[in-house]
Amino acid sequence: MAYPQDRRYTKSHEWVLIEGDIATIGITQYAQEQLGDVVFVELPTVGAAVTRDGAMGNIESVKAVSEVFAPVAGEVIEVNAALEARPELLNTDPHGDGWLVRVRVAPGSDEGLMTAAEYETFLAEEGAH
Amino acid sequence: MHRYLAGEEDRRRILAAVGAASVEDLFASIPPELRCGELDLPLSRSEDEVRREMWALAKRNLALDCTACFMGAGVYRHFSPALADALIQRGEFFTAYTPYQPEVSQGTLQAIFEFQTFVCQLTGMDIANASLYDGATAVVEAVLMAHRLLPGRRRVVLAGALHPEHVAVLTTYCEPQGLALERVRFGDDGRVDGEALAAALGEDVVAVVVQSPNVLGIIEDLAMVGAGARRVGAMAVHVVCEATSLGLLQPGGELGFDVVCGDLQAFGVPPAFGGPHLGFFATRQEYLRQLPGRLCGETVDVEGRRGFVLTLSTREQHIRRAKATSNICTNHGLIALYVTIVLSLLGKKGVREVALASHATAEYLKAALAPFAPKIRLAYPNSPTYNEFLLLCDDPDGLLRRLAGEGVLGGVSTTRLGGELPRGILIAATERNTREECDRLVEGIGRLA
Amino acid sequence: MSAGEDRRRREGVIFERSSPGRVGYQLPPLEVPPADISRTLAGVAVRGEIEDLPEVSEVDVLRHFHRLSQLNYSVDEGLYPLGSCTMKYNPRINEELARLPGLAQLHPYQPEEQVQGALALMWELEQALVAITGMARVTLQPAAGAHGELTGMLMVRAACKDRNTPRGTVLIPDSAHGTNPATAVFAGFKVVELASTSAGTLDLEALSRHLEGGDVAALMVTVPNTLGVFEPEIARAAAMLHEKGAFLYIDGANLNAFVGIAQAGAMGADVMHINLHKTFSTPHGGGGPGAGPVAVSAALEEYLPVPTVERVGDRFMLSFARPKSIGKVRGYYGNFGMLVRALAYIRSLGRDGLKAMAEGAVLNANYLRKGLEADYHLPYQGSSLHEVVFDDSRQTPAGVKNVDIAKRLLDYGFHPPTMSFPLIVHGALMIEPTESDGIDELDAFVAAMRSIAQECRDNPELVRSAPHTTPVRRLDEVRAARSPVLRWRRRT
Repeated sequence: MAYPQDRRYTKSHEWVLIEGDIATIGITQYAQEQLGDVVFVELPTVGAAVTRDGAMGNIESVKAVSEVFAPVAGEVIEVNAALEARPELLNTDPHGDGWLVRVRVAPGSDEGLMTAAEYETFLAEEGAH
Repeated sequence: MHRYLAGEEDRRRILAAVGAASVEDLFASIPPELRCGELDLPLSRSEDEVRREMWALAKRNLALDCTACFMGAGVYRHFSPALADALIQRGEFFTAYTPYQPEVSQGTLQAIFEFQTFVCQLTGMDIANASLYDGATAVVEAVLMAHRLLPGRRRVVLAGALHPEHVAVLTTYCEPQGLALERVRFGDDGRVDGEALAAALGEDVVAVVVQSPNVLGIIEDLAMVGAGARRVGAMAVHVVCEATSLGLLQPGGELGFDVVCGDLQAFGVPPAFGGPHLGFFATRQEYLRQLPGRLCGETVDVEGRRGFVLTLSTREQHIRRAKATSNICTNHGLIALYVTIVLSLLGKKGVREVALASHATAEYLKAALAPFAPKIRLAYPNSPTYNEFLLLCDDPDGLLRRLAGEGVLGGVSTTRLGGELPRGILIAATERNTREECDRLVEGIGRLA
Repeated sequence: MSAGEDRRRREGVIFERSSPGRVGYQLPPLEVPPADISRTLAGVAVRGEIEDLPEVSEVDVLRHFHRLSQLNYSVDEGLYPLGSCTMKYNPRINEELARLPGLAQLHPYQPEEQVQGALALMWELEQALVAITGMARVTLQPAAGAHGELTGMLMVRAACKDRNTPRGTVLIPDSAHGTNPATAVFAGFKVVELASTSAGTLDLEALSRHLEGGDVAALMVTVPNTLGVFEPEIARAAAMLHEKGAFLYIDGANLNAFVGIAQAGAMGADVMHINLHKTFSTPHGGGGPGAGPVAVSAALEEYLPVPTVERVGDRFMLSFARPKSIGKVRGYYGNFGMLVRALAYIRSLGRDGLKAMAEGAVLNANYLRKGLEADYHLPYQGSSLHEVVFDDSRQTPAGVKNVDIAKRLLDYGFHPPTMSFPLIVHGALMIEPTESDGIDELDAFVAAMRSIAQECRDNPELVRSAPHTTPVRRLDEVRAARSPVLRWRRRT
């Protein structure tokens, strides 16, 4: 698939959409396919600090639990409350309604992320479909 | 060829099919220097030969049902219905594996679901797992769960007279986790010393663990202990070693505790020299994702039929691996089934009747032993007990030996349990002790002490 | 209810059978005075009857659990080829013997003179396991394999601390069962995963590199490995570890492949857990109880859990005299009831039978490998011992996965193999037949698997939507996890 070009990607399959100094973070279509049906999402609390590549939550499916790693550093300003009642949003709309958290970005902490094209290449090399 | 194995002809045909000249060829991947010679064991035996060896071993033991038995201290003799053992001997139950293929395991799964329900009912809690190994490891799991929920805290308060086996196992498990155990002693009444407990509590306490009835048989003031834990935000854990007490006494689940755990052996599980018994673990809904052990949940199949599956397995180690909630892979499934059957047979009326009868029998003994004071006296005459109490005496082992010589197992000597308990005999009574046995115990103590 | 509807499929939970006034028990009449709990339990928080406990008769209970039993597949019914589980015959003589009052009706705190037979039995079992493993001593305390793993790793940890060489790392191959890393972390170690070689075996180069760091406490490895292939370099790995003051942990889950053929002691193992409910026939019980004794080399003897059973002349005793012991890992002494069964099994088989058992297991696994390799892909080509791992890569082009094949096998009247393990094989089907099964049962299994492979070619939807004939069909596991219902509640 063609990944949205308005955002950046990590090797651990997170996406980050930066608008000004606010970053919206989620997991990619590939990630949700690998996970299977999501049953529960554990997110950091508002106000928590996240570090670049640090763990910032878990996504639980029937067959696996996956950690989510922060693509940027900063402070959590909002979490997606809809996921509590409807974790399946991560499967149906991982790039849209299935967003995880919004973070106020620490300047410079968004270096070295992949573009959509780079992420697609990365997936192809990993043998993903 | 041995009767448990396929035959020579099977072997011959397999070798031909796989193109090997002999069985030896199939082990070619094992380096010759690692091959062993004949094992230093006897040759195979018929059933009668094996029976003779085992009967000889069994005969060198004194089985409890040959005696008038008043032993407790964590292992009790209660109602043990013939039907329960008959049902668990059905091969469909006992030779099946863990129900990972639920479509062909609904028997096992539904029984687990019923077991989980019974445990919730007995403990007053919202959720319970499919069982654990035993009481000691259940307490460990409670402390570890508390630590997962309160990772910054490292002090575990052990309140009052806990079972020494539990304390020993906690010590083994807590040390590698960096958790410090702090004992709060029991007072002159055998119960948790409220002042000492208050002094010990602080914001660095991860869990407060209290056993009730405690190892001295005394019923603790759970409300007081629970309130103390809550005040400092620590997890309150109620441990139960005499599970039939839940038929008469309010459990931690109804008194604001976070976990009720322990052993269900008392519901008729054979003592079996210490195992297998039945650990249980019950907690509040909010801790659902931190709960250790297997869980069975209700769901539907593609045709809308009710069915049961193991669920929330991602907490467990075969999936979570290094990040698992616990090291537990197994539950004591068949023992859980056994207890589920016992509880079904006892039901609402029976659970209560067993508890009342056990309590009444112990109270009868306490009253009958009272005249022997001060030479032989109750350690805590004014403290409430369920079915077990401590009788002080100078030479408990000697007295027990003399009683055993007359066919009476009078109880458990506290010398067996560790030095910090007052010297004497823990006497436990159940609905299976007849009045005649009780009178024999009392008379024997009076004469032989 | 429509005619022919299977009554056992409609069996509700026991609480739904409840009817006020039904009674399933009778206690002896109370001959002592009833207690006046307002006095004896004054000030104590008491409870009344527990409202929702069921009221059912003895026959209700019998019928209920009988019907439930009919919904289960079990080893008694047929082949149960779960890789790594060793689903062998559970001999009935073991059940008879474990129930002897002289073995079942023993309190752990009876004085030693009253339980000499029980202590002797434990001693005999330890001796037998020493003879089988070629190691120095065995603790019988752990209640399960994973419990044994933890016990073993706690001993390794104690040894490292004792030698003043605190080591923080444990190496584990990526083919290992999840209990291995979970245990290592639990015991306070950091886990470093070793990628397997292209043959699926231990990478000695990688091992050597990690050992250079000086922080490795142990390597945990399954032998034969989780692909059913023997680790050819195991003795060399042991030597490398010992040279650097590290220990070799062998996960004994696959011991059925080499009893009487090879010994872990000779391989250089320092510690190995044994699953009595796998190799030594104690029943799986629908999920337990098991027993996980742990054998150790002389290097780790000092750290064994207490008490151990010691023999002095013709007397047996429980000894706590082990100052460097890791302590206790459970209450009392072990799952004694399972120890009885295991000793009876070892005696029944004897040295000749145990060797024949391992041979039979390896023969049967190789027969299945031969029968299935035309239709299923074999990802690793090494010699199989007692189990063989295929994958679903020949079926996935038709949209069929290993899980679907497993579900379709249920329709053929077999329990499926282990799914999706080891993790190094995508879409794995791990097949372990055990020595209990005759060639006819194996042929029936091969025929079923070949038929399913054909269905994958002709009618994959049939396989993808399986099972069709089981008491329930595929269950909504997502719903069970999203909205967990873990207990029955009365509908108000």
